Amino acid sequence: MASAASAATAAPLKERHGRDLWRRFRRHRSGMVGFTLTVVFVLMAVFGRMLSPYQPAQADYLHVNAGISAAHWLGTDNYGRDILSRTLTGARYSLGIGVLATGFSSLIGSLWGLLAGYLGGWFDALSGRLIDILLAFPGLLLAIGIIAIAGPGFRNVIIATTIFGIPIFARLVRGSALAVRERAYIEASQALAAGPPRIMFLHVLPNILAPILVYITLRIGTVILIAASLSFLGLGVQPPTPEWGAMLSEAQLYLAIDPLMAIAPGVAISLAVLGFNLLGDGLRDVLDPRIR
Amino acid sequence: MWRYLIRRLLELIPTLFGVSIAVFLFIHAIPGDPARLAAGQDATLADVEAMRVRLGLNHGLPVQYLYFLKNAVHGDFGLSYRQQVPVLVVVRQHFMPTLLLSLSAIALAFGFGLLSGVMAATRRNSWLDLTVTAASATGISVPSFFLGILLIYLFAVTLHWFPVTGSTSVRGLVLPAVSLALAPLATIARFVRSSFLEVAGEDFVRTATAKGLAYAAVTYKHALRNALIPVVTMTGLQFGFLLGGAVVIETVFNYTGLGWLLIQSIGFRDYPVLQVLLLLFAMEFMLVNLLVDLTYGALDPRIRYG
Repeated sequence: MASAASAATAAPLKERHGRDLWRRFRRHRSGMVGFTLTVVFVLMAVFGRMLSPYQPAQADYLHVNAGISAAHWLGTDNYGRDILSRTLTGARYSLGIGVLATGFSSLIGSLWGLLAGYLGGWFDALSGRLIDILLAFPGLLLAIGIIAIAGPGFRNVIIATTIFGIPIFARLVRGSALAVRERAYIEASQALAAGPPRIMFLHVLPNILAPILVYITLRIGTVILIAASLSFLGLGVQPPTPEWGAMLSEAQLYLAIDPLMAIAPGVAISLAVLGFNLLGDGLRDVLDPRIR
Repeated sequence: MWRYLIRRLLELIPTLFGVSIAVFLFIHAIPGDPARLAAGQDATLADVEAMRVRLGLNHGLPVQYLYFLKNAVHGDFGLSYRQQVPVLVVVRQHFMPTLLLSLSAIALAFGFGLLSGVMAATRRNSWLDLTVTAASATGISVPSFFLGILLIYLFAVTLHWFPVTGSTSVRGLVLPAVSLALAPLATIARFVRSSFLEVAGEDFVRTATAKGLAYAAVTYKHALRNALIPVVTMTGLQFGFLLGGAVVIETVFNYTGLGWLLIQSIGFRDYPVLQVLLLLFAMEFMLVNLLVDLTYGALDPRIRYG
């Protein structure tokens, strides 16, 4: 594993290793496309609101469903709101949910997987069952079930997509931790009387960071898709918030007269997800070609 | 083989129990009093209490769970809050459209995924390979409901080739099936390509080529057969995810299957129906995963079931 070498060596070597990874990544064409797209969307999430020519909620009933013009580059929607401004502002909701939910589920899931993989025994057996149960609900269904209990909204979408991601990280980290646990350097630190917490966080965790990082990147794309689906179904972020999925659901009603209403948020979701997916694939190829 | 099957079935039991507990607790986790919800909006206090006793809600949770299990085994999941008919009757009406939709989608995904994956791998680094690779990366990223909306706009609103929405006829099946198939198709194509390239580099393929077999025989008989094994797993997994994806696509096309029913039930707070749908989807998913494991042996005689 690429990072195994870096963790075992001294700091200057580590730096050189980092530069080496970046050099290899730069040559990865689709990975760089993904990196560029991701940077664009992150900038859009941070500055999109400022760059918007109009307020995203500002209605203009005199110019409803107007097509492309100099004043409205992407036209206006059924309330005369500027579609470009709404799409730009929408980035913060989709990316915000993607990053936050993935962050939470990777933290909780990794901790869980680390404990299960390293401690083993009854805890591992029990947690394995629990993971099986959580993963038994295909795709969106776990998230939909949670939303049915908790109700729709920005915060609950984050909660639902976080819970949805936890078992996936737990399973990944458990598997990696099991493999690392058998290595000689773990045995060495056990011989030096290092306690389980020290071994888990200082020795096991750094050596499984590469697959975790790859999964986080790929997962952000998936969460953006799921959150948009939930909003589209009316179970996520609610209109008039300019969330892309919610915008698409409104757009479907006006499809015959104003297809641009659907195309702008749809393309935005697709490109954002594509960016994270390509970035994740690139990272995987560079960090560890064996992770599939 | 039989021993393996039985062992796998036995292994499913704890998970199935866990899922049933989760689904049972689901209805209790919903804010509000289930007895009041079941009795309806105009119910008097006495009606609510009568309903509480009728549903067995006056017992403790463990006892209620046992009742739930006993009734579930008899196919009795109570009455739909909305229609006041047994839940299974409601669910059964929407089962066939979803089965038809998901089977057509997975058939499309497997067929075209396999075809484009093999084409890309056998012409590695050609423009065709690049197209397939780029298209599959895009196909995984485009939300199915966005594709659905685009297809509706193009083929139903503009060209009038297909009904817009709300049809479960064969013609009405085409657009939803294509929308639903895109993501698994892209995933399968990508996977076939890498699996095929991996197998093509192995010794037995070189041996087959060295002993003078025709290119087609090597490609389609030796390499493809071995490359197919992981692809079958992948297709099975994708079929499971597709069941979840059907929820969104059925809503886009107003296609009255189980996924559509699920979203309707959330809207009408019809929790007994929701409960059964969650259980049904989870059971289908587990069953598909089991079938996938069993198909292994049919394709690869090296895998023995011990």
